[in-house]
Amino acid sequence: MTEAEIYERLNSVFHAVFFDDAIQVKAETSAPDVDGWDSVAHVNLMVAVESEFGIEFTTQELESMDTVGDMARLIAAKAK
Amino acid sequence: MANPELYWLPQSDRWLSDVKAVEALPPGDVTSWDAMRALAGIRIDFLQTMRLDRQIGRLFPDAQPDALTSQPIRLAILGTATVDHLCAGIRVALLRRGLWAATYVCHYGMMQQELFDTNSDLHRFAPTHVLFSIDAANLTSALDTATEPEQARAALAAAVGDIRGMWKTVRETLRAKVIQQTVVPRQLSLMGSNDHRAPASRDWFVSQYNDALRQCADTDGADLVAVDRRIAQDGLRAWHTPNLWHRAKQEIAPGAAPMYGELVARVLAAQQGRSHKCLILDLDNTMWGGVIGDDGLQGIKLGQGNAYGEAFLAFQSYVRDLGRRGVILAVCSKNDEANAIAPFVEHPEMLLRKEDIACFVANWNDKASNIRAIAKQLNIGLDACAFVDDNPFERNLVRQELPMVAVPEMSEDPASYAQTVADAGYFEGLSLTDEDLTRNQLYQANWEREALRESSTDLGSYLRGLDMKMVWRLFDQVGAARITQLINKTNQFNLTTRRYTDDEVAAVMDDPAAFGLQIRLIDRFGDNGIVSIIIGRLQPDKNVIIDTWLMSCRVLGRQMEEATLNLVAAEAKRLGGHSLVGEYRPTKKNGMVKEHYQRLGFTVIEEQEDGASTSRLDLDGFEPAETFIKVTEGSDA
Repeated sequence: MTEAEIYERLNSVFHAVFFDDAIQVKAETSAPDVDGWDSVAHVNLMVAVESEFGIEFTTQELESMDTVGDMARLIAAKAK
Repeated sequence: MANPELYWLPQSDRWLSDVKAVEALPPGDVTSWDAMRALAGIRIDFLQTMRLDRQIGRLFPDAQPDALTSQPIRLAILGTATVDHLCAGIRVALLRRGLWAATYVCHYGMMQQELFDTNSDLHRFAPTHVLFSIDAANLTSALDTATEPEQARAALAAAVGDIRGMWKTVRETLRAKVIQQTVVPRQLSLMGSNDHRAPASRDWFVSQYNDALRQCADTDGADLVAVDRRIAQDGLRAWHTPNLWHRAKQEIAPGAAPMYGELVARVLAAQQGRSHKCLILDLDNTMWGGVIGDDGLQGIKLGQGNAYGEAFLAFQSYVRDLGRRGVILAVCSKNDEANAIAPFVEHPEMLLRKEDIACFVANWNDKASNIRAIAKQLNIGLDACAFVDDNPFERNLVRQELPMVAVPEMSEDPASYAQTVADAGYFEGLSLTDEDLTRNQLYQANWEREALRESSTDLGSYLRGLDMKMVWRLFDQVGAARITQLINKTNQFNLTTRRYTDDEVAAVMDDPAAFGLQIRLIDRFGDNGIVSIIIGRLQPDKNVIIDTWLMSCRVLGRQMEEATLNLVAAEAKRLGGHSLVGEYRPTKKNGMVKEHYQRLGFTVIEEQEDGASTSRLDLDGFEPAETFIKVTEGSDA
């Protein structure tokens, strides 16, 4: 999976989680950049990303993802 | 860790555009509730469920639509862990049943304080229903210090006493109905299979607590939401993810919220008498394998001896159990009635017998009309009916015509039928009465016949949306085996019932004065395969005699007859024919096509005493009928 593909699929996950089709995520996108990205939405986002890419994050990884770039790197490493 | 899916609900590729249309509606729009309800009837995941729930909150924030006659529900959820993410699942599952609810979630960790303080937000909310959700870690914390069996027993008694005290407050102070979620069995065993011998086993403690809840619920008038039993079906991993527990104190994962909502909504709906009451069953390939009218009593697959036949038997066994506990059973089948009844009376392996069926409808009308008639006959609402059919054409027709009837998606494997009906939860019940146990006997078996003639179903609009394609070829070697098979097994829609050997089929291919048509029907549900066979023969007098016209009953009522006639007329003209001559030769099984040619505009020119007839259609003035079927020659779509 190329980086561009990961970002494209992440965009659609963000659209579904935050009910906003206009969101375009970048590597540096983090919680303050997206309306509604609070701790509750963050859990939904993690679960949605796991299900979209067929992966599971460990507990440490859940704690360590601050930006979309962190997320994309973990996805690239985990998704085959 | 696949999420528990609402797999009995149909899928829709229009869901996103439809939800966007709802999002554009202004508050107060009277159409929005029904539009949202339709969206809730689709197989959606937790994110879609949240999206739809936002619209309930936007369009009906404080009160239910005026048109609803149900009691408004005010549901307070008292949880020891995080339960906020479960509300959307509950509200949407209620919407699926046409019910609206306001919800309230107690402040984290404040369950008991809010309950016992009459000035709390909970009391101000004034719930009609209170749902308790105690997490397993909280429940078993009493075991932190227990090591002796007596201490564990005392801890259990104390925990049960605590919850019963809270139920009492709900009943007496809030005057609300108690719903108790059983505890998620997520604790680990200490010793393995014999954990019940370990006093400090949290797994065993949860199991005993859930047992105790079941007993107390009966005496105290509480209703349970049995997530423990659902988890035994779905697997714990589908419901609980340890890292979400650690991160967000969500004992039930967001992905399980739609299923959780289903379980809660089923109980709430049952309390309002909104469970389904009647299970309407198709017969061919639903209750047995094969087509009774074609395959006969000996030919249908049912019963011991092979896995396929046993799968149908297992479904019948479950259906019979449902009937015995008070679900009304009805039959809605496209069949000649005598054929359809025969297995219920004569087949030695049939578990369901004639007297188990409260209303038995077998005819060739469209199923939506028949289901209306069944509901009327049984004097129940259409929204109390669930309809099981293996055929996607019939399922979708009924969904379109009668959206209030529950129609589960069925896989092609009959081994899954019983599980699907069980998982769909249509018949949620809270108690059994003597009447339930004898209900099917109360109904004299109703054998609906001629009364069902008139149909108010708008088939045209349904057929238009099916994208039907008829793909035809002349007989060829590739199709020969299937052609011979169909010619020799089709009994019902078969005008002459002439049987052909392989060699005779091959002879048709080689005869320049004859044509053999093999006709395939494809629609948006898939490829139905070769469904019709025609053999025509040009006579010296320029008449083309239709030697064979047969069709699978599965595609009856879809304008196949008209589209096929257009094709036959074109082929006859190609051979230089001036008119078509069709014969009907009656058998025990083909009464349904007695008037086939008359219906297509032929004129009867000869009739015999035994019912046989010959009809003629002049090709000069023939105008092809308009149909919703696109006709192409070729090998595939």
